[in-house]
Amino acid sequence: MKNLLILGAGTAGTMMANHLDNKLPKKDWQITIVDQYKTHYYQPGFLFLPFDTYTEDQVKKEGKKFIPNGVNYIQKKIDRIFPESNQVKLEDETLDYDILIVATGSKIAPDETDGLRGPLWRKDIFDFYTYEGALALRNKLRDWEGGKLVVHITEMPIKCPVAPLEFAFLADSYFKKKGMRDKVEITYVTPLDGAFTKPTCTKALNYLLEEKQIKIETDFAIMEVDNKKKAIVDYIDKEIPFDLLVTVPTNMGDEAIERSGLGDDLNFIPTHKHTLQCKAHDNIFVIGDATNVPASKAGSVAHFQAETLTDNIILYTKGFKLKQEFDGHANCFIETGENKALLIDFNYEQEPVHGTFPFAKIGPLKLLKESIFNHWGKLAFRWIYWNMLLRGISIPFVGRNMSFKGKIFDIKTDNK
Amino acid sequence: MMKKIIAKREIDVNEEGYLIDFKQWDREVCECIADECDIVMTEKHWEVVEYLQDKHHKEEPLSIRGIKKSGVINIKEFYHLFPGGPLKKSTLIAGIPKPKSCI
Ligand SMILES: Cc1cc2nc3c(=O)[nH]c(=O)nc-3n(C[C@H](O)[C@H](O)[C@H](O)COP(=O)(O)OP(=O)(O)OC[C@H]3O[C@@H](n4cnc5c(N)ncnc54)[C@H](O)[C@@H]3O)c2cc1C
Repeated sequence: MKNLLILGAGTAGTMMANHLDNKLPKKDWQITIVDQYKTHYYQPGFLFLPFDTYTEDQVKKEGKKFIPNGVNYIQKKIDRIFPESNQVKLEDETLDYDILIVATGSKIAPDETDGLRGPLWRKDIFDFYTYEGALALRNKLRDWEGGKLVVHITEMPIKCPVAPLEFAFLADSYFKKKGMRDKVEITYVTPLDGAFTKPTCTKALNYLLEEKQIKIETDFAIMEVDNKKKAIVDYIDKEIPFDLLVTVPTNMGDEAIERSGLGDDLNFIPTHKHTLQCKAHDNIFVIGDATNVPASKAGSVAHFQAETLTDNIILYTKGFKLKQEFDGHANCFIETGENKALLIDFNYEQEPVHGTFPFAKIGPLKLLKESIFNHWGKLAFRWIYWNMLLRGISIPFVGRNMSFKGKIFDIKTDNK
Repeated sequence: MMKKIIAKREIDVNEEGYLIDFKQWDREVCECIADECDIVMTEKHWEVVEYLQDKHHKEEPLSIRGIKKSGVINIKEFYHLFPGGPLKKSTLIAGIPKPKSCI
């Protein structure tokens, strides 16, 4: 009997357990999956928690429910991988593997920025990338009386790179609805040179910021948070004052990756971008936010990767060459507030485009245009996530590679 | 793709002025681009340029954080040496692509 071991039962690990349970011959392979937590969180829901749009129950479920019966589920902390001896040490036992899939994701590392976890942390400074952070922020917003709201990204890459901007848009709607928009000044601060992470998006969508009167500060590389002055300060001593700071701290891979000597500066694992094989070890594969591939760190990306990785694991067990297939395909809804959303679709090479999705000319979803239909799409994603995505069921009509049908390649980025 | 005369030579650049073929880069080209950015190359500038090129050739992504850990320079100095968007300017001068921060 051979062992296939999956580390992490988040979005990517759970999908792989479901795919492989169907595809690997049971007489030859035992599949085991390890995660430290009992609860599986629907992280895209963390964007809606602070605004009281979702309740706690809608964003968490027991993780084990999504793991197939034939798969051995271990709820323990992973300490370290020993790639030379094909072993993984957990808190109190050691597991052997023939094939290892690392799906330990990424998480916030607020200690990377001086002063972030100072006296104001979770009083006037919040994150919404964790369940605890999103809930604390919700409680704060419920009776906040207004002032300077600064929405801030520390450094790239972060998971779901559009989430902070969505947060700013939703905040605009939220305060309007509460009748206090005139009491709130919203500033969006980014280390990038535009609001959107893709230049074509910035070109097509900058109007949204103006429309919602959101101020933008670009090229801001934070040096520290000054808790006394209540300001974020960058390396050229520029200060941006806040009453309420909502920040996305540095995102990093798990410490277990660092201890194992497998990660880069941010504990992300160098991974072949088309096959998802670890660069340093042939029998280790990496999926989701844990990789260093230049794709978005998003659940939709993990979903497309899982289809390629499943095929490659099967090929690998048979001694065949791996498919150079994954193209960086990402497909993201962007909430723009007032019950509207945008949809973007892109890959390693191709910037987001106009057009319709998933069917050429028909849609029903429109790429790069705000619509109510897209907003429903985003809300439906929660159902799709729990009921289809995690269980490894393909989303109908949406392929793992990006399709060029129905798309209009007409936006040029600015010449600078 | 476009052509631009740098150091009296025709060099292939993209629409933002970044070199397309690193083989066309040398110290003379480098100094000319630096001059256009109002930067006079010093020993420290060269050290940073070499560090960036080395990272690029190893296909390691460039970031402000990487600079912090580079051992070559700290971030404050980096901003000082390449004022106004140090990563954008320094990679332009080093003849390598603008870092993709778009993910
Ligand atoms: C606010 C927010 C909004 C988002 N919105 C969207 C969206 O709209 N659309 C979209 O596609 N994506 C979105 N995402 C991103 C998406 O949630 C992630 O990309 C996705 O969950 C990545 O899956 P993963 O399996 O790689 O990592 P995760 O789902 O984070 O799973 C990693 C797992 O590994 C476990 N683990 C890690 N280290 C250890 C250890 N040492 N021991 C034991 N277990 C360990 C963790 O407990 C965790 O369960 C959003 C994320 C956030 C935070």
